[in-house]
Formats: sequence, C-alpha cells, structure tokens
Amino acid sequence: MKKSLMFVMSIVLVFTLAACGGNNGGTAGGNNSTNGTNEGAGTNTNTGAGNEGTDAAADLSGSYLATGSSALQPLVDQAAQMFMEKNSGVTIQVQGGGSGTGLAQVSEGQANIGNSDVFAEEKLDADKAAELKDHQVAVVAMAAVVNPEVTVDNLTKQQLVDIFTGTITNWSEVGGADQKIVIVNRPASSGTRATFEKYALGTKAEDLQGMIQEDSSGTVKKLVGETPGAIGYLALSYLDDTVKTVKYEGVEATEENVANGTYPVWAYEHMYTKGEPDAALQAFLDYMVSDEVQNGVVVELGYIPVSKMQITRDIDGNVTNK
Amino acid sequence: MARSVEREKRSKHLVEEWVGRVYTLICVGLLVLTIFSMVYFVASKGLSTFFRDGVNPIDLFTGVKWAPESEPPLFGALPFIVGSFSTSILAALIAAPLGFCAAVFIVELMPKFGRKVLQPVIELLAGIPSVVYGFVGLSVIVPFFRDIFPGQGLGLAAGGVVLSIMILPTITTIATDALAALPSGLKEGSYALGSTRWQTIYRIVLPTTLPALLTGIVLGIARAFGEALAVQMVIGNAPHIPRSLFESASTLTSAITLSMGNTIMGTAHNNALWTLALILLTMTFVFVFIVRWLERRSKV
Repeated sequence: MKKSLMFVMSIVLVFTLAACGGNNGGTAGGNNSTNGTNEGAGTNTNTGAGNEGTDAAADLSGSYLATGSSALQPLVDQAAQMFMEKNSGVTIQVQGGGSGTGLAQVSEGQANIGNSDVFAEEKLDADKAAELKDHQVAVVAMAAVVNPEVTVDNLTKQQLVDIFTGTITNWSEVGGADQKIVIVNRPASSGTRATFEKYALGTKAEDLQGMIQEDSSGTVKKLVGETPGAIGYLALSYLDDTVKTVKYEGVEATEENVANGTYPVWAYEHMYTKGEPDAALQAFLDYMVSDEVQNGVVVELGYIPVSKMQITRDIDGNVTNK
Repeated sequence: MARSVEREKRSKHLVEEWVGRVYTLICVGLLVLTIFSMVYFVASKGLSTFFRDGVNPIDLFTGVKWAPESEPPLFGALPFIVGSFSTSILAALIAAPLGFCAAVFIVELMPKFGRKVLQPVIELLAGIPSVVYGFVGLSVIVPFFRDIFPGQGLGLAAGGVVLSIMILPTITTIATDALAALPSGLKEGSYALGSTRWQTIYRIVLPTTLPALLTGIVLGIARAFGEALAVQMVIGNAPHIPRSLFESASTLTSAITLSMGNTIMGTAHNNALWTLALILLTMTFVFVFIVRWLERRSKV
C-alpha cells in the first residue's frame, strides 16, 4: 500500500518537474528529444551541451523549431527530414498552427522559423515585421474552382468581385445556367483568402448570408465538388477531376503562366527568421532553395519552385523581371 | 519491548497519515492552481477586448455583424451565440427521447439484452473521435439534407443531428442509472393497482426520475455546447443568423477554431476570439450550476 502510494507520488513529482523544465526553455537546452508538446526545449538555439555525441563529420549542430502555416508544413517537414539525415547534429521540429501563430512566435523568439503564406508586414506591426528576415522558398498559385456541372469556363476579375461581394447571385448572370451561386469561402483570417482577395479580386470579399466558410482545402474541395452551383478557390496542388477550374481573365492557371507572370493569383511561401540566422539555420534555409529540394519535394507537393519564377513581386504587388 | 513496538507502530501510523495528507494537499493544490490559472488566462484575454480594444460589450452581445478584419472592425457575436444555443438545444431535443427510450429498454423491457449489448454499443459512441463524426456528417448527413431540403445541406440541422449522436451516450447512461435506482416498490405498487407497463413507465417512472433525466440532458447540452471540430465541419460557418435550419451558420466554437491559428496574439481579432471563449466558459459554469441545482432537487 505504502509502496504504491510512493510510486504514484513520485510519478506526480516527475510530471511536475517536467512541467517546470518545459517552462524555462533556457535550461532545457540539453533536451534534444522530438517531443512535440515541449515547445520550450525546441526553441533553444545552438546549445552545444545536448549535441556532444554527434557525428564528427557533421560540423553543424543545434535544435530548431519551425512553426506556422499548415499549407507550408508538409514541405518544410519533408525538407527538414532530408536535411537532418545529412546533418545528424541538427534537429528541426516542424509544427503547424497557422501563419499568424508562426509569425507571432518567431517575432517573440519562441520559434526559430516562422512559416507564413503572407508577408509579415500584413499581419504584424511594422516595427516587429522589420526585425524579421524573409526567405521565400516556394510559390503557391490559386485558381477559382466550380462544381463540375457549372458550364462557365472563364470569369473576369469584375465578375469574381461581383460574385464574392454578393452582387451576382446566379450563374445565368455570367453566362451559365439558371442556378444559384453557392460561395465556399475561407475565414477572414485565412492566408489563402488574403492572397485570393489581394491578387484575384483586388478588394475584400464580403461574409455573405448563407455562404459557406471552411478552413481546410480538403473540405473546400469536397464541398465545391458536391454542392450544385458552388464556387471556391484552391491551391493548384489540390486540383483534380472532382472540381472544375475556371480561367481567370482568359488565362489558365498553369505553372508556366504563373512563372512568366501572366497569371497573377499566386503568393510566396515565406520562412521568416528573427534577424540573421546562425550557421546551421542558414544551411537549412539554403538547402530549402537548393535544386535538390526545389526540383524534388517542392514540385512533388504541388508548389512552384522559386527558381523557376521569371518575375519577382514585392509586398505592394510591383512586378519586376528577374 | 512492548512499548517500543507500540512506538514503532505509532510512528508508522504517523508517517502514513502525513504521506497521505501531503499527497492529497499537493494534488488539490495543483488542481486548484490549474483551474484558476485557466480561468484567469481566458478572462484576462477575453476582457481585454472591452478594456484595451474599446469594444462596447453591448455591441458585442447584440451586434449581428462580425467583420474583424474590415475597417473599422466589427465584433457582433450574436450570430455565434444564437448558433451555439440552437444547435445544442436541437441536439438535446433529438437525443433526449432517444436516450430515455433506450434507458427504458435497457432497464425495464429487456434487461439482459439491453445491459449486455445495447448499453455497451451506445457507450461506444462516446469513444469515437469527433473528427470522425464531422466527416460522417459531411459525407452522409449533409448530402442527405441537400437532396431533400432547400439549401446546401450545411447548417444548424446538420450540426444538431451530428451533436445529438455525440451526446446520446451521456443522456442514456444517466437515464439508465436513474431508472435502475428507482425503488422497485413504486413500480410494484403501480402494477398492483392494475396499471399496464406503459402506464407505469409514463405515469410513475418518468415523473419520479425527471430531475435525473434533466441532469443528463443538461450535461448533454453542455457537451454539445463545447464541441468544436465536428460542428465546424458541417455547419457552414457563415457569421450570420441563419434564416432556416438548412442555411450556413456559426457557433462560438466553430468561430474560434476557424480563426485562432491565423490571428496573432494580442490583436483585436485574436482578443475577440478569447472573448468568445470566455462566453463559452461562463456558459459551462451556468450549466454546471443548473446540474447541481437539479441534483439537489432530485434528492428531496
């Protein structure tokens, strides 16, 4: 009886201590475990203490946390796995949580990398955003998609604006059958929606009565594919036969059209660091834009490699040829 | 000799006494600390909407327009509050009769089959992850509603149906316990006076166990109120008060899960989401108080 009591007590004590350790990331630097819940440990940069047993050949070491955009998460995660195989001294944890979370955490120093679908300036205060260094690792393009039974093939910018602000409510007004338009939008805070509003609409969409809002691309695709008269927008990597892609101002949403600048609805995927990254982190960010990742994982996951872009675009939308 | 044994015994007693006492105190202390810090955290975040961002509480509770990213931002949370209450109550309206009938079946009609098969099966429902409910709702209930009712199938009705299945185990389990605890003298007396089985269930069992049944229903509503993921997938998430049961709507939880990750801590939008969380927390407290009040009444 007494022994089992002591056992339970010691377990409780261990948990309490573990919780305390997690709170001050500074002392937990030796903890190189991939424990996803213990964020504090992952944020500590380059404490040599935890990496004594590392391969002599790998001169880079440290444990890092990348957090933010769930759209970018699979790409960073796969690249990080590959990078860690080559550099056994480096540990990189990748977590989701949304662009806002990523930017906030990197700005506050809780994470080493903040993954974001949008420019930091669009979410953070100017002085906070100025501290962050932008690393553009991929391009994601979006296309308006409709239910396969909708007969419309092309929508102009003005028609899209009218649809998403509720001026046009029937497909017959844009050359389709007499059918009610069902909008499948994203929440107002979403990075995907911000990109679509900025580059496809040029204005804010309204949260209309009766519209559907979903956060995940999978759900948007399912609903657009099943709901008669539905319209939504998806990243190119999600497109398949269950939904119909419409042209934007007569331009088809293809990789070439994005790369040469004729199709405007796309955004950079950003990985932000606070100030200049240290050696190991810089190596990882270089690896992200290396040919191996850009022509490998980036293409596999449906992004467009940054290296293929013939143009660059700044936060205000000014396009320059490379 | 005898004295030293006794002293040893006494000191052993003392040690055990103190070990138990200290252990309990540590546990209770941790528990209280956790609860208070949770409440403090949510409250301090949620209230900063009013104190720091200067949103008028009356506008928040009665406003019908939620546009936190527009200029100027509008924080009308009434559509979410209405959505949360209507889905939960709808779920309870569907689940309560089902749960009561299942309990009657388990306790009164076929105790052997009921206890062995039906009850475990219903309790199994509680173990299914909510994302599975959401996906089943999206793949089965939404297309079904879309085909037979006007609208897109998403909405309060779909949310209510999904939630009703989720809260069925809570209601059934509590109703079964209440029915089983009913003194058999009451039923036997009723039978002796010549009532049929249904008359006994309807006139005797139902009224006497009503407070306990209500406890189950309120607990079910509380569970439905706090459910986020499954509801978010089937309700449509338009920040408006819907005009029908089959039109896209929102709940407090769906609004929070939809935007929490995309907003930045400390911004007005993020704080407003914490205010929604605070409303949820407060409502849960209210539900707990209702349950306690019902329990007190059922003892009298």
